[in-house]
Amino acid sequence: MGMTQQAAPAVPAPPAPGRKETDGRTRQQPLPLRLLARPEIGVFLGAVAVYIFFLVAAPPVREGSAMANILYQSSTIGIMALPVALLMIGGEFDLSSGVAVVTSALTASMLAYQLTLNVWMGVIVALLVSLAVGFFNGWMVVRTGLPSFLVTLGTFLILQGANLAVTKLVTGNVATDDISSMDGFDQARKVFASSFEVGGVAVKITIVYWLVFAALATWVLLRTKYGNWIFAVGGNKESARAVGVPVTFTKISLFMLVGFGAWFVGMHQLFSFNTVQSGEGVGQELIYISAAVIGGCLLTGGYGSAIGPVFGAFMFGMVQQGIVYANWNPDWFKAFLGVMLLGAVLINLWVQRTATRR
Amino acid sequence: MTTDKTSPQSDTHSGTHGAVIEDTAPETDAPLVELRGAGKAYGNIRALHGVDLRVHPGEVTCVLGDNGAGKSTLIKIISGLHQHTEGDFLVDGAPVRFSTPREALDKGIATVYQDLAVVPLMPVWRNFFLGSEMTKGPWPVRRLDIERMKKTADEELRNMGIVLDDLEQPIGTLSGGQRQCVAIARAVYFGARVLILDEPTAALGVKQSGVVLKYIAAARDRGLGVIFITHNPHHAYMVGDHFSVLRLGTMELSAERSRITLDELTNHMAGGAELAALKHELSQVSGVDVEELPEEEDLTAPVVATGEGAS
Repeated sequence: MGMTQQAAPAVPAPPAPGRKETDGRTRQQPLPLRLLARPEIGVFLGAVAVYIFFLVAAPPVREGSAMANILYQSSTIGIMALPVALLMIGGEFDLSSGVAVVTSALTASMLAYQLTLNVWMGVIVALLVSLAVGFFNGWMVVRTGLPSFLVTLGTFLILQGANLAVTKLVTGNVATDDISSMDGFDQARKVFASSFEVGGVAVKITIVYWLVFAALATWVLLRTKYGNWIFAVGGNKESARAVGVPVTFTKISLFMLVGFGAWFVGMHQLFSFNTVQSGEGVGQELIYISAAVIGGCLLTGGYGSAIGPVFGAFMFGMVQQGIVYANWNPDWFKAFLGVMLLGAVLINLWVQRTATRR
Repeated sequence: MTTDKTSPQSDTHSGTHGAVIEDTAPETDAPLVELRGAGKAYGNIRALHGVDLRVHPGEVTCVLGDNGAGKSTLIKIISGLHQHTEGDFLVDGAPVRFSTPREALDKGIATVYQDLAVVPLMPVWRNFFLGSEMTKGPWPVRRLDIERMKKTADEELRNMGIVLDDLEQPIGTLSGGQRQCVAIARAVYFGARVLILDEPTAALGVKQSGVVLKYIAAARDRGLGVIFITHNPHHAYMVGDHFSVLRLGTMELSAERSRITLDELTNHMAGGAELAALKHELSQVSGVDVEELPEEEDLTAPVVATGEGAS
């Protein structure tokens, strides 16, 4: 020390603005590599592979009606996988999403039947209940700072138990009564569970909802403030808060969005089957989460897309129906699912390491 | 400095470039931010006590101190994360008490935290505008004005002399110094009048620290008041106009640049009087050359009392 006793204050001229120059330290990656770095590409290739596999292995898949069936199966997973994926990008989990679907359907069904109301009343109350469950999850996670895994595991158990117990208490049975003859049922069925003809093939309306929601979610995620906030709260909550992002609002609203998804799928199930089995839904949450992860969403948050889970759900729907069309034992589905999940995660990992290496 | 003075006489002492500071910070300027005898107690632990600090536009105020000296508490008070429990905190001469960082931001006090408040996986331009996004269109279809944001971010970064190839790259792929500079440029762009930098050079290499110091100077030359928190007296002395040393929650030293040398500053920072005592102890140990170490008398820089006014 001592040699810079009178160091002159550093006053550099601020560098001249506007000149187009590059810092020359980064090299443009070749296009295929840049494409591979997109979160949805891995799952897209996976979906194509599974599709081709079943085209070869199960000839009935080649028919239009089979395709409509596969897409329908995918859509029931896919509609829920979307909000679950957004929530995951936002850095949280929801283990209660599977049973929440059933909770919503039970609420609507029992309320309308027991009080002999128009089914739309049940539908609206079910929406409020679903949003409230989502709010509760979000509020607990934000307020306590506990991992959402724990909080929603609690909600999952509560809802699972309550679904069964309340249904037995109210109906004396494990399923709800048939509501198909009640006021407003046909109308509600048109909205949630109708189908239409395309080239002689009956196409379920959920497929349309699924794709519309996916497009909407993509737009929100990439083109709106709110989407920016989702990435931010998932990527670094503290930083997001420090620069003025409403972290609490974003997280709670994401949980409520999952609640909305659960309500929508629950209404679809109610109006396509007329009754609800109170013990269903367990295990579905893992399928939604898997679809989101296979779809390239980072389990720890901050990264992902809404398109990826669409392909993820398609893969699941494809396998689930493909096994049936191939005349295999449907019990293989879960095993298949596990293999796909591991495979997809490994491929994603490899692809991202290769493509983002500098 | 290219400002033309009307009378040539006033230029007499600013002919050399070394005297820039007097130019940029006239004595008449009211401080942007002022602390008078401010302190903070967490329960019965007094983290900060009787601190005086003034931040003028176009001046760099360095706050030095060892770990646990109260630097973080000081920043948190000014940036609105915590409230002071004693003394006064004035912005533009009016007493204030912030309850959220947003209120401080609205007064033009921006803080660049040690962890930079960036989201590593998000692109540079999204990080630049995070929390204050530009939008276009009516409500249901109100969307990000991506083109304008990218253009603005690029311009602002270039104005600060930061040239990036690709604003789409995740900010996590930038070097520590570059990230620091993006954070500073962001604060400057969003109308900061006072920039608080929390140990911006702590985790950086020599060259990167130099880059960051350059931007601190650039921000100062734009007329911002800068509070530069550091524990590196060398870095502080490169850009600082005023130096405050915190020790155990109190202000140990407060001096203008003209009244202190780097050696004195280093000694104060390193422990000052305590160090002199340590020297005596070390002199007992063979093999330690204490000749070059400063004596206690060397450490006679103006101390707290120099602050004018009653405190």
